[in-house]
Amino acid sequence: MSAPDLILLALVIPLVGAVLILMSEGRPNQREFVTLTTAVCLFAVVVSLVPGVFHGDRPGITVWEMLPGLDIRFEIEPLGMMFACIASGLWILNSIYSIGYMRAKNESHQTRFYACFAIAIFGALGVATAGNMMTLFIFYEVLTVSTYPLVAHSGTAEARRSGRVYLGLLLGSSIGLQLVAIVWTWFATGTLDFREGGILEGHIQGPLVGLMLLLYVYGIGKAALMPLHRWLPAAMVAPTPVSALLHAVAVVKAGVFTVLKVIVYIFGAEFLRESGTGDWLMYIAGATVLLASFVAMTKDNLKARLAYSTVSQLSYVILGAALFMPFSVVGAGMHIAMHAVGKITLFFCAGAIYVASGKTEISDMKGIGKVMPVTLFAFLIGSISVIGLPPMGGSWSKYYLALGAVDAGELVFVAVLMISSLLNVAYLLPVVGRGYFTNPDGAGDVKPVIKEAPIFCLVPLCLTAIGCVVMFFYADQLYQLLKPIGGG
Amino acid sequence: MIAAHLPALQIVVPLVSAPLCVLLVKARLAYALALVVCWVAFAISVLLLGQVLDSGVISYRLGGWAPPWGIEYRIDPVNAYVLLIVAAIGALVITYAKPSVAREVGSGREALFYTSYLLCLTGLLGVTITGDAFNIFVFLEISSLSSYVLISLGQDRRALTASFRYLIFGTIGATFFLIGVGLLYQATGTLNIADMANRVAPIEGSRTVQAAFAFMAVGLAVKAALFPLHAWLPNAYAYAPSVVTAFLAATATKVSIYVLIRTYFTIFGHDFSFEVMTLGPVLMVLAIAAMLIGSTISIFQDDVKRLLAYSSVAQIGYMVLGLSFDTVLGVTGGMLHLFNHALMKGGLFLALGCVFYRTGSVNIEAMKGLGHRMPWTMAAIVAGGLSLIGVPLTVGFISKWYLLLAAIDSGMWWISIFILMASLLAIIYVWRLVEAAYLSPSPENAPAGEAPLIMLIPTWVLVLANFYFGVDTRVSVGVATRAAEFLLGAGS
Repeated sequence: MSAPDLILLALVIPLVGAVLILMSEGRPNQREFVTLTTAVCLFAVVVSLVPGVFHGDRPGITVWEMLPGLDIRFEIEPLGMMFACIASGLWILNSIYSIGYMRAKNESHQTRFYACFAIAIFGALGVATAGNMMTLFIFYEVLTVSTYPLVAHSGTAEARRSGRVYLGLLLGSSIGLQLVAIVWTWFATGTLDFREGGILEGHIQGPLVGLMLLLYVYGIGKAALMPLHRWLPAAMVAPTPVSALLHAVAVVKAGVFTVLKVIVYIFGAEFLRESGTGDWLMYIAGATVLLASFVAMTKDNLKARLAYSTVSQLSYVILGAALFMPFSVVGAGMHIAMHAVGKITLFFCAGAIYVASGKTEISDMKGIGKVMPVTLFAFLIGSISVIGLPPMGGSWSKYYLALGAVDAGELVFVAVLMISSLLNVAYLLPVVGRGYFTNPDGAGDVKPVIKEAPIFCLVPLCLTAIGCVVMFFYADQLYQLLKPIGGG
Repeated sequence: MIAAHLPALQIVVPLVSAPLCVLLVKARLAYALALVVCWVAFAISVLLLGQVLDSGVISYRLGGWAPPWGIEYRIDPVNAYVLLIVAAIGALVITYAKPSVAREVGSGREALFYTSYLLCLTGLLGVTITGDAFNIFVFLEISSLSSYVLISLGQDRRALTASFRYLIFGTIGATFFLIGVGLLYQATGTLNIADMANRVAPIEGSRTVQAAFAFMAVGLAVKAALFPLHAWLPNAYAYAPSVVTAFLAATATKVSIYVLIRTYFTIFGHDFSFEVMTLGPVLMVLAIAAMLIGSTISIFQDDVKRLLAYSSVAQIGYMVLGLSFDTVLGVTGGMLHLFNHALMKGGLFLALGCVFYRTGSVNIEAMKGLGHRMPWTMAAIVAGGLSLIGVPLTVGFISKWYLLLAAIDSGMWWISIFILMASLLAIIYVWRLVEAAYLSPSPENAPAGEAPLIMLIPTWVLVLANFYFGVDTRVSVGVATRAAEFLLGAGS
């Protein structure tokens, strides 16, 4: 099969999966078999595209002309290739994890859960492979709408309220701001294609550039730039597999991915750098990095803490893009991958702890390391990666981001990155320390019995933890893949 | 031979069949006849559109009398398109009607219902097809009178007052229109629209023409339920039988908007309407008010039919907003939304009819847990709601895209803020339904089970059309653009 056909196949597979899942209503084994098979097939197809892209191919296919001159088009470039790999690869692990989690918690509406999940992956892949802004926008909305039922899954008053915040902010910002920016771009340039070097140069100038950047960046609510980040903590009400794959990887990364795409292929990093009216973005991103870290420290609920940590880490990516330098843009791209693997590990662990012990608050997790040593060790590895210390993948992306900041002459952001790392230490490591070095309340001197989460939960989190280490050693391949987007 | 008489047949077939329905008495026979007639009317409208697109404007002389003395049916890209919408909705809704009418209208009155329905269809098609200003008034009255009857057939006794109110408003509107036509007749000596258009131009400074314009504009605004003249609409939609609501919401206001377009652009010409009479800002303000106020009110409705009725007021605002730009892009947007809104609201009201058929209520309380009890119906409502919000891949998105482009194109980018605010309000009122249906538990002893297939299939045809035309825009955008170019080209 040719590469363009494979792209289409990658989009069709999760959809077919969703239909088959819906047809398996009432037969859990069949349903989960379908999910896993779909995920594996999808990953195989996506990976088969990698060598071509690595060697500079940009396979693309135009499916349909939606409006005159405006196509539904798919095209893979390095950034999208990486995002598609992460989303589809982690979907396999997440599906295994979901089986363990959802069965152990005996959740209701599991068929709807798996079906919506498959559609959300379809949306994420559409975002990753979109060949122009229109197509990207369509799949962006598919992703929003398909994840709403997952957030409001439990149907409790709290879930509904959170669902409202989630949908309101994401749909509201995308229709209210992003769509305006898209229509404006189309009006100004007559195209919405992603082109290297951007399409806007020569069509708009002066403060309008900054204004359009504002419309785009805040229109992409999924990037969770403050003050439009509230939907992300709200989304934590969802079952943990959703928080893990969607709200640490697919949805939020679709957000920062879109921001990167817009900056690199719609504006062009160089155009923004020269225009000078987009500089506010790096300050906002830097502020978000720090503020979200501070908020994370105040949260006792583990998932809430991780959510704010995600808000902070997402702004690393935006910061990297907003420095408009080759190194920082590549670093931003790498951070998408590194953070994805690290953060999904942390969420898997949070969910495993909840499944095995029912605990959600960090203050209750005393001595949890003695009961669940493997889980907590994985948590430690994930934490180190998110903090950005070797030998974990996260250290490389932070390195390139800092390099970019130096390159841009913005030393203050080097400081921001370092302070943020310290803050990460301050809010992630106490969880580990408390888990290993204290005894559970009321246990006395009795040696705690080891009680890990079900095997379906445990294996995926070990694999992603190993992934954090592996990424450290294979970072160069990722760098080589992403190098073209820096334009240097 | 027959092909040459298609324009006449478009009207005559439903008109003649209407009294036959009364004579048939039995509900089943009347339904069968109405069904056949509506589909025939649809087939004719398709053929007519084909003819117009192939060979240009069709002029048909009724009874062989030459215009401007005789009545002329004149079909150009604009009304061929509207004819198709009306006839298609008419055919789909009648297919759906049988079980719903049996439940809501009650035995003994069903034949009467089908008669009124056919008459109403005749009236709407007649308004659209004719090229004669007085004839428009006649058909407008045929459709209005029959729709008063249709609305009053509702189960709720408040349907009677709603119908009466509509009667008063509708009569005022139609009378204003008639006064306008009378003044124009006095000034130009003709009733033929094409002829009138030529004769109005030289005397457009005269007080008579200006008064005629004012009367016609206001009268039609009442019929089209343009804010703030919409007061008749919410109750009429809420208390009419479901089938009637779906049919009227998708066709009646659209036809009024069509006559509005004809009046502004063809009879008076856009130079006069928009430059001499400065209609643009007036319409724009009213349209924006309609969009925002209509959407806001609909958020607070508990009766879902009323909720959608107020949403219709808002959507009419979108159409008029498109017209108010007075550019090809804007008029294209308005025309597109005319078509797209028919698909959305038609589908949504039909789905609500399914809900009523099964549960006997369309209150938001009755919809709790409905997502599990009536999955297909509820999915249709969600899909229609997404289109109403304007999510990409739906027709609502295409309309909004053109309206936004038109706003930027006219240099009035700030209007895009209002367009988007109205969309955001739509999210709120659509999501109230979603939450009730999917996230609330069903009340005890709630009736379960889907509506009959004969109701579900037409509903889903309309809902899927929302998505089909949201992706394949060649036909809808192509025709709307041609219509807009035709209208603006003809006026200049």
